[in-house]
Amino acid sequence: MGELKLLFDGLLAFFEGDNWKMLIMWAIGALLIFLAIKKEMEPTLLLPIGFGAILMNFPGTGIAEPLHTLYNAGIANELFPLILFIGIGAMIDFGPLLNNPKLMLFGAAAQFGIFFTLCMASIFFPSQNDYFSIAVIGAADGPTSIVVATELESELVGQITVAAYSYMALVPIIQPPVIKLLTTREERRIRMTYKQNSVSKTTKILFPIIISIIACVFAPGAASLIGFLMFGNLIRECGVLDSLSETAQKVLANLVTLFLGITIAFNMTASQFLSGKTLLIMGLGLVAFIVDTAGGVLFAKLYNVFATIFKFEKINPMIGAAGISAFPMSGRIVHKMALEEDNQNFLLMHSIGVNVSGQIASVIAGALILGFAGH
Amino acid sequence: MNVDFSRFVSNLKWMGLGMLGIFMIIGIIIASTYIISHATKNIGKKD
Repeated sequence: MGELKLLFDGLLAFFEGDNWKMLIMWAIGALLIFLAIKKEMEPTLLLPIGFGAILMNFPGTGIAEPLHTLYNAGIANELFPLILFIGIGAMIDFGPLLNNPKLMLFGAAAQFGIFFTLCMASIFFPSQNDYFSIAVIGAADGPTSIVVATELESELVGQITVAAYSYMALVPIIQPPVIKLLTTREERRIRMTYKQNSVSKTTKILFPIIISIIACVFAPGAASLIGFLMFGNLIRECGVLDSLSETAQKVLANLVTLFLGITIAFNMTASQFLSGKTLLIMGLGLVAFIVDTAGGVLFAKLYNVFATIFKFEKINPMIGAAGISAFPMSGRIVHKMALEEDNQNFLLMHSIGVNVSGQIASVIAGALILGFAGH
Repeated sequence: MNVDFSRFVSNLKWMGLGMLGIFMIIGIIIASTYIISHATKNIGKKD
């Protein structure tokens, strides 16, 4: 009889103490897998995170050990997100931005959500490291959220990462209503001329180098984030490392993403994850994305006030919303919304330019927060 | 949970400082970009 019981030890363990909560984590894991496969929402991350969340919630298994090793090897020391940044840098074409550098202003404005969320999160979380880390969900940039939360040693890194990636996937649902609420139909129909200035290869090569220098001087905390991002971009633009660029964009990015997702799940145990804090973080993440979008759109409307006074070309305020760093979803959404209002209004180059500037601005915002925290 | 609305007000300084910092750094990047674009306009192969 005793031997027979051995067969059911794993099952019976679920009825001990709070172990039943692990079943809720299975449901959360299954939901993430469903969203990844059925809705194609950030599948490269939500699927491994979802599966990892299920694996992490079995009583008495040794799965935590290898994941802990991966966690220490790749997340605790920030290696995975930084290597992923090389791949992201290699994927980004800064051409539309270099064609019209003032678009970067909208990328800056759209970071307002980060700092608003910082203040909101401080109401509920007394630890400065926690509310600083939660705020960076508003960067709409998974690797930056992971780096900041890890650097600040926040215990909420799991929840923060899940919130950041979930809302990035939900950008097509979150942004359009906010944009429509803040703009009139006339504003959404504003056409913008696109002047294709020739951007020299030298400019494209110097850009990542100059950005790295400026960011490292004024926001030293950004050195690793910006440095790796711009290194990837330099490989892309230099013209002599095509095979490395291709590897960074595909093999390297895919490989790191593969490990990143499942390793993040290390923090998704029932005891850590199932708390009011998680719901609160998800709520604050939503606030961050809404305020980011609103910040970008309202800044663009302010720009138009000056454009009216000083008689220069108005911009379509929707492109302000593309300043969040969810790339390229946000840029595409704005383009699509413009076409819905006027099928001859092509905003793609402008919105993608603002979108890539959001990538730079979000990293700088993350670095500033690390600086404020004394890192 | 320790809810304290006064922390919102006391953290507004980070909001001000953060937005100021971002616009300042982005401003420098914009200026530098215009400068390098102008300086390298006639150098190298055009895309």
